[in-house]
Amino acid sequence: MSDYISHDHEHDGIDRRGFLKCMAWAGTGVLWTVSGGVLASKTLAQIAKAGSSLPKATDLSFLQISDSHIGFNKDANKDVTETFKIALNRINAMPTPPSFLIHTGDITQLSKPEEFDTFDQVIKSCRTKDVFYVPGEHDVLNDGGKLYRERYLRSVEAKGSGWYSFNKNGVHFIGLVNVLDLQAGGLGQLGDEQLEWLEADVKGLGADTPVVVFAHIPLWTVYPQWGWGTSDSERALGYLKRFGSVTVLNGHIHQVLQKVEGNVTFHTAMSTAFPQPAPGTAPSPGPMKVSAEKLRSLLGLTNVEYKQGKTALAIIDSNLS
Amino acid sequence: MTTLISRIRITALLCSISFSSLSALAGETKDAGGGGAMENRIEIKDFAFNPQTLKVKSGEKITWVNRDEEPHTVVSVEKQFKKSSALDTDQEFTITAGAPGNYTYFCSVHPKMTGTIVVEK
Repeated sequence: MSDYISHDHEHDGIDRRGFLKCMAWAGTGVLWTVSGGVLASKTLAQIAKAGSSLPKATDLSFLQISDSHIGFNKDANKDVTETFKIALNRINAMPTPPSFLIHTGDITQLSKPEEFDTFDQVIKSCRTKDVFYVPGEHDVLNDGGKLYRERYLRSVEAKGSGWYSFNKNGVHFIGLVNVLDLQAGGLGQLGDEQLEWLEADVKGLGADTPVVVFAHIPLWTVYPQWGWGTSDSERALGYLKRFGSVTVLNGHIHQVLQKVEGNVTFHTAMSTAFPQPAPGTAPSPGPMKVSAEKLRSLLGLTNVEYKQGKTALAIIDSNLS
Repeated sequence: MTTLISRIRITALLCSISFSSLSALAGETKDAGGGGAMENRIEIKDFAFNPQTLKVKSGEKITWVNRDEEPHTVVSVEKQFKKSSALDTDQEFTITAGAPGNYTYFCSVHPKMTGTIVVEK
């Protein structure tokens, strides 16, 4: 068929035949992806509809571990290294070990190099080798987090004080830092630079991409009198409002609390070191002494699973007794 | 039957108890050296500075002691004095009160904890 324009009635350089030829091309753009060795294609139209830059999420299981406080040696737990080892043994005993771990901070008690060393030595015994970290306030006591960043951000592309994101099986993970530059009288804080990064980070993702956000201090206001909250977390959650599935994993309070707000599930984990009192039930949020028999029942881990087709992730806490 | 040595020990113990009761009644803590410099103490307990507001005179020493099982820091809001390192249980931090004025400070680890030093001439 010739491309010669025979009748140019509108004087726009295209005739009916040419127009129909152009239209045949539209909608045939195709993106090829490889998933598990299998080629899959999506037309550009499908991608434009989903707005997704990631392949559709597939089944995934990982584990949240938190507040190991290596170096703590007071009455509430004289041997936090031992209880941390017990937690790792539990992970190793799982019939299907998790693909990776997320540690939601307070790795150490006093940010000391020897405490980080002990942690690094002990965690080697875990069968699951892939671990992602965010710092707790106990990890950044003396140097603004420099020592923490040198050790725990090697497998990610972190920005600023150590925030980053990564994808696993089509699920988008975001590690945030809310334990630095805290203001007098205030709560945890993310700061403008991190929030601007977060806004840009999620912009290109389809609303059907499951999102998991993890940070040390709770990103919802659990108990402000004890500093259990983040002053600017509402802004962060605003950028995630359009997503169909958002899971927020936090530590810091050494007890399990869970809240669901629309498409967002908030969850805080137990510590592997010592429990803390429930909000308002003690003069302060410090380490809570319990009987030796009871201690391990108040320490624990959290297993998290994403199943294709389900929106909310399954979050299962287990203790160390 | 108490021995001579144990009787001496008991007497010494009773003496030291009565001396410390006397100084507690006096309501102030002095330097052992008796040089005259006033030492003021702030106890960090249950995630709070006690007393939360402390009045001192210029040039006097102020010592914070951490009685919590959590580490705390002492950080001047307006950077009016050098910040402490992280204080573990029973660790102390001392500054010398500067020019008259209000010095607000907080714990950078638990920022809800705040306090004020009021320095007078």
